Amino acid sequence: MVTLSPKSNQKILLELKGVKKYFPIKGGILKRVQGHVKAVEDVSLHLFEGESLGVVGESGCGKSTLGRAILGLEELTEGKIHFRDEEIQDLKRKEKLKFVKEMQMIFQDPYASLNPRQRIGHALEEVFTMHTNMSAKEKRASVVDLLHEVGLKEEHFDRYPHEFSGGQRQRIGIARAIALNPSFVICDEAVSALDVSVQAQVLKLLKTLQEKYQLSYLFISHDLGVVRYFCDRVLVMYLGNTVELGTVKGLFANPLHPYTQALLSAIPRPSVHTNTKRIRLQGDLPNPANPPSGCPFHTRCPIAQEVCKVDKPAWQEVEPAHFAACHFAGTKI
Amino acid sequence: METLLEVNHLVTEFRTAEGNVQAVRDVSFSIAKGETLCIVGESGCGKSITSLSVIGLLPSNGKIASGEVKYEGKPIHDLPYEELRKMRGTKISMIFQEPMTALNPVLTVGYQLREPLILHHKISKNEATKQGIELLKQVGIPYPEKRMNQYPHELSGGMRQRVMIAIALACHPGLLIADEPTTALDVTIQAQILDLINDLKEKLNMGVMMITHDMGVVAEVADRVMVMYAGKKVEEGSVQEIFDHPKHPYTIGLLNSVPNIDDPDFELEPIPGSLPSLQENIQGCRFHPRCKFAMDKCRELTPPEFKTDEGHVVSCWLHEEVEEVKHGHLVAQI
Repeated sequence: MVTLSPKSNQKILLELKGVKKYFPIKGGILKRVQGHVKAVEDVSLHLFEGESLGVVGESGCGKSTLGRAILGLEELTEGKIHFRDEEIQDLKRKEKLKFVKEMQMIFQDPYASLNPRQRIGHALEEVFTMHTNMSAKEKRASVVDLLHEVGLKEEHFDRYPHEFSGGQRQRIGIARAIALNPSFVICDEAVSALDVSVQAQVLKLLKTLQEKYQLSYLFISHDLGVVRYFCDRVLVMYLGNTVELGTVKGLFANPLHPYTQALLSAIPRPSVHTNTKRIRLQGDLPNPANPPSGCPFHTRCPIAQEVCKVDKPAWQEVEPAHFAACHFAGTKI
Repeated sequence: METLLEVNHLVTEFRTAEGNVQAVRDVSFSIAKGETLCIVGESGCGKSITSLSVIGLLPSNGKIASGEVKYEGKPIHDLPYEELRKMRGTKISMIFQEPMTALNPVLTVGYQLREPLILHHKISKNEATKQGIELLKQVGIPYPEKRMNQYPHELSGGMRQRVMIAIALACHPGLLIADEPTTALDVTIQAQILDLINDLKEKLNMGVMMITHDMGVVAEVADRVMVMYAGKKVEEGSVQEIFDHPKHPYTIGLLNSVPNIDDPDFELEPIPGSLPSLQENIQGCRFHPRCKFAMDKCRELTPPEFKTDEGHVVSCWLHEEVEEVKHGHLVAQI
């Protein structure tokens, strides 16, 4: 039997089927739709309970839009999202509320999502006001528990956002996200804005919380080092398309898609003894409003052939539990 | 190698509502021609302020309180404004983290590229345009003639950073200061830009002072590394020494905080706590509240610089004994 997950016999928590998100480009006097930015193009995947799935890619590859689409912050153009076997993409606002408790998000810059004139404790209490019937006393007690949970102290309850350092603010963002005991958390570049020493602290905290509460993470990041440390499986995206999906072990040891190979070799290694051959990609990411024909990567691909310009490669399981979309998957460059 | 830049006991102060605050505390270093020095540390440790002090671009409430900055042996920290202005661009240039904020959005790339050439070299606009196109070619921009008439928003992030580098190198400076030049870029673009800076450094025999917090970038470009913490230099040495034999607990902590991409069993070891604010008065070593090796001595006395190896200095009491052993040895020989 082919196991899809590193930890076998797990239940599927979230499933995406052919998810597409196009943003219309409007122009002219009549503001007619002139074209579409294809931010997410036909993504299908599952997420298991208790798993961390990393989503990596360059900026503009649609990884954040994918996260927002799952939470329902963006309306899908096409496709279906199942959460615990229920379709959630077309639910009404009220019906959605019970899923909101289950699915939460941690943002890149928590300072931008905190009200600068509201005390931290009160900001966190709002979560309970919205979703529970707790009394004021219970709410305060719950918030203090939360603060302890993420490594802050009770004395931080009455402070304002500007009194915290970047790492502490991210802890507040995490506290808000886990307040209602969710089962699924999307981390959108949650540690990118932090210094390395603080980044390591926050990653440790996220891991501890995962073990304690059996959380599943969708971990969106551009830092492959962090993803390798933190995740069980990795999804690589390029220009809205999924190009490769595999276990962290399989994908890092044997990247099948030339883009993944280039991405891995481009990372500067913090050591003076590496002599890995660098694959230098030429040029920039193409415009997502006008993507190249055939394989989206062919304009920058060092091994592109004629067929790549015409035919879009299919998403196929090249090795067990290791998917890629490339005509020449597995060719080393 | 010829010394290009020498900084001796630099102290930079800021006037603030809470009184004078020292952002850089007694920092000394030097850069030779054709050498890359990387300054690393967490944000707020004073690495950017050190570079701004060198090029004389401190904000109006900041000033160099003591110490000296020498370029090719001549002091430049007390030059009058006009002379400093003549020096910027021709002797020392700087590129910044976010090219979109450093470029003027309402002027074409060509205009901004011609400006330093016309100002410093006193050449005609036509001549400057020609040289500008050459410069854009040199930094690897396709269709340079077309780019000259475009505005910054029409270019991608990597292109903008290339334009910034072209402007900085327009008048062949001897020293290039790069303040987090690749932080805002994607990894594949970052690799292109780092290659470009390395190539140009060799071609033009420039000194490069690179400020970064990414240990990967350091390993890639640096010849020597200086680690700063809370305004002080804590360790300096060749890139091999720093990565293979880091001495200061802070440097070791920094290296252990970066996830290793080639080693699946790597375990992160974060440094506890966070950087102290600049006003905070810390008795003894400024790192001791976060250091797991802190001794009583560390809480009372500021450690001086100990030389552990050729060109490798560290400010930490842990390495005092090493020093004494060596010193004793030396005395015995005499």
